[in-house]
Amino acid sequence: MRYSKRLRVASLAVVLGLAAAACGSSAKTTSTTATTKGGTATTAATAGSAAGATTAGSTAGGTSSGGTTFGGKLPDCFGNPTGTVTKGSKAGIAYDTGGRGDGTFNDSAARGADAAKTGLGVTIDELEAKTGDDRNPNLTTLSGNGDNPIIAVGFLFETDLLKIAAANPKTMYGIVDDVPPGANANIFSLVFAANEGSFLVGAAAALKSKSGHIGFIGGQDIDLIHNFEAGYDAGAKAVNSKIIIESKYLGAAGDNAAWTSPDKAKEIATGWYTSGADVIYSAAGGSGNGTIDAAVAAGDGKWAIGVDSDQYLTATPAQQKHILTSMVKHVDVATYDTIRAVGQGATKGAVCTFSLANDGVGYATSGGYVDDIKAKLDGYKADIISGKIVVPAK
Amino acid sequence: MDRQKLQRIGVTAASSVAAVLFALVICGIILLLTGRSPSHVYQTMWDAAGERRIQYDAIQRATPLMFAGCAVALGFKMNLFNIGVEGQYRIAALVTAIVGTRIGFLPAPLHVAVELAVACICGAAWAGIAAFMKVRRGVNEVIATIMLNAIAISLAAWLFNTYFRYTQGNSQNVTTRPIPRSGWMPDIVKDQLNGFFIVALLVVFAYWIVVFKSRFGFRLRASGHNDVAAKTSGISSKRMIVTALLLSGAVAGFIGMQQTLGDSHAYSSQGFVDGIGFLGIAVALLGRNHPIGIVLSALLFGLLAASATKLGLIKVPQEIVQIIEGVIVLSVVIVNEASGRWVDKRTQQRAAHAVEHHLTQQGVTA
Repeated sequence: MRYSKRLRVASLAVVLGLAAAACGSSAKTTSTTATTKGGTATTAATAGSAAGATTAGSTAGGTSSGGTTFGGKLPDCFGNPTGTVTKGSKAGIAYDTGGRGDGTFNDSAARGADAAKTGLGVTIDELEAKTGDDRNPNLTTLSGNGDNPIIAVGFLFETDLLKIAAANPKTMYGIVDDVPPGANANIFSLVFAANEGSFLVGAAAALKSKSGHIGFIGGQDIDLIHNFEAGYDAGAKAVNSKIIIESKYLGAAGDNAAWTSPDKAKEIATGWYTSGADVIYSAAGGSGNGTIDAAVAAGDGKWAIGVDSDQYLTATPAQQKHILTSMVKHVDVATYDTIRAVGQGATKGAVCTFSLANDGVGYATSGGYVDDIKAKLDGYKADIISGKIVVPAK
Repeated sequence: MDRQKLQRIGVTAASSVAAVLFALVICGIILLLTGRSPSHVYQTMWDAAGERRIQYDAIQRATPLMFAGCAVALGFKMNLFNIGVEGQYRIAALVTAIVGTRIGFLPAPLHVAVELAVACICGAAWAGIAAFMKVRRGVNEVIATIMLNAIAISLAAWLFNTYFRYTQGNSQNVTTRPIPRSGWMPDIVKDQLNGFFIVALLVVFAYWIVVFKSRFGFRLRASGHNDVAAKTSGISSKRMIVTALLLSGAVAGFIGMQQTLGDSHAYSSQGFVDGIGFLGIAVALLGRNHPIGIVLSALLFGLLAASATKLGLIKVPQEIVQIIEGVIVLSVVIVNEASGRWVDKRTQQRAAHAVEHHLTQQGVTA
């Protein structure tokens, strides 16, 4: 009966393993999204009530959710379609691992989908990848289901999307945070000028810093996050060329724990606050919460800057006093706009950059801590939009 | 085949089937409790399972599971618990992807063959560390392989990120350099079914020959069953441990190959499909370490996962499939225990009966 004893040990391990795999998949989410802020995404519950949230246009009749206004002018990349969205037409969302309720990036796409459902009257079909093996079948299922457009949430869909988009030339696709190689007639690349938004929060950090010493905490050491750091550095240096900027990444590419280690971020941030830094920006998924907690612990005059969503809206009252601003990335608007544009007849794939110019990225003003420097920040914003300032991407 | 053996096979097969049915019932109850109709959910999965595309997908998912199941089962046969399959296939996939790009001068079949050999060697080498630690220092292989998993992930991430990252244009999809076409495993059905399925069946067949039909397999199973008895009859258990772990690691090396050589044609830290090593343990358990059992349970797990992708369309969370898988594993253990006791009891009864019969016969003659 030694075998059955072994069997028991083994099965215990399998159960633990499956549990670990389940946890692992939620960690992976953030790796896909790479730029998001864990556990604090705004929800539909705060619809319309969000103070000072950025808007993506102000056309009457636009839908508002999570502090974002939907239904502004479509970016030019969609080719200015003029049709009307057919009520009841189907749009598909392929979430990456984590899916709805991940509190970050997938949730932001979900807000856009929800807004499209209520605002445009379309039917939304959603499939979520449980493992990497699900990405291809999920896109195929949605394609076979007659959904159009289909939005793949995250660059990890790239390889599969290229195959499936080629096989379904009449369906339009969107992919968030990625520009797939090659000319893709039916793919909209939905990318964000995170460096531009980061420039503004970098300027805010430098303007608010009394010590002339600030910091940046990145999640995985990958290009997507270097983009945030580059903008932040440029913004801070535009204000104060002698500013000291600390920088640290929580993990190497593929180290998915980097997005879910608030303890690590807290340790680093505490060290920097102690040595004199007073503003720290983190682009590190759920780990960013550790930076906010470190700022709370460090006391008055120590600030954290949020990323992706307006983190002030979902923070605790104690945390709110230390959230200077957030770099907001409107995946929700990109999702909504793609559904709307395709519904209105957009049929030519393109690269859509959501930038300061079209309010695809921006900084949050909740809490009123940047009110006194708002004029300066908006000045930088205007300069970036006009091309007077060119923000580095790496 | 005598009656007893048939009965044992029957009981084993029936208990596996019972475990699966039990899991479906439990999940049905969970679905009911969450206000969903189990019949609708199972009907949707059943209908999906009838689609050709879903069937191909199921086979695609089953393929790495067959490798993983064999790798784990090889360990089990020697009473070793190779939990390190996870790390072994990751290292193998990274190294193979790198080597694959450097040997593009080879003609197609040879190119793939060399890649597979590299994968086997890497998997075996990584498992070999645990084997060495066990026979030389007595380190439990469970502890060693768990630690080696963690090391493998970090090592692969570091190597990849430091030396081998490659991107095309503005793509965020960072991979190693693409493997030239001659190093790809061709598809059986374009973009739907890869040739590795055939390789998996061949490996399972080889597993059967090696473990159940060869002299080495006999020694392996003997040492696994009763170490002391095997030693007494001249089988070196250390040697068996090393060989079993090396073989297990070599087979584990195949797991990531379908993704690397058949699909993405490169290695990517972030897109890497992980967790198959753990699922492999479940496959080996449900399949009772038997080749046919491994193939069937891998196909079952593949089909469950593939047909579950349709559940999102009827707004049912796909997690239900993970619950089904978990419950299957638990019920395998419970049902196995019960059926094991039943078989034991039958054997005892039969033995008692035989002894009694023998005694009466003796009594008659005396």
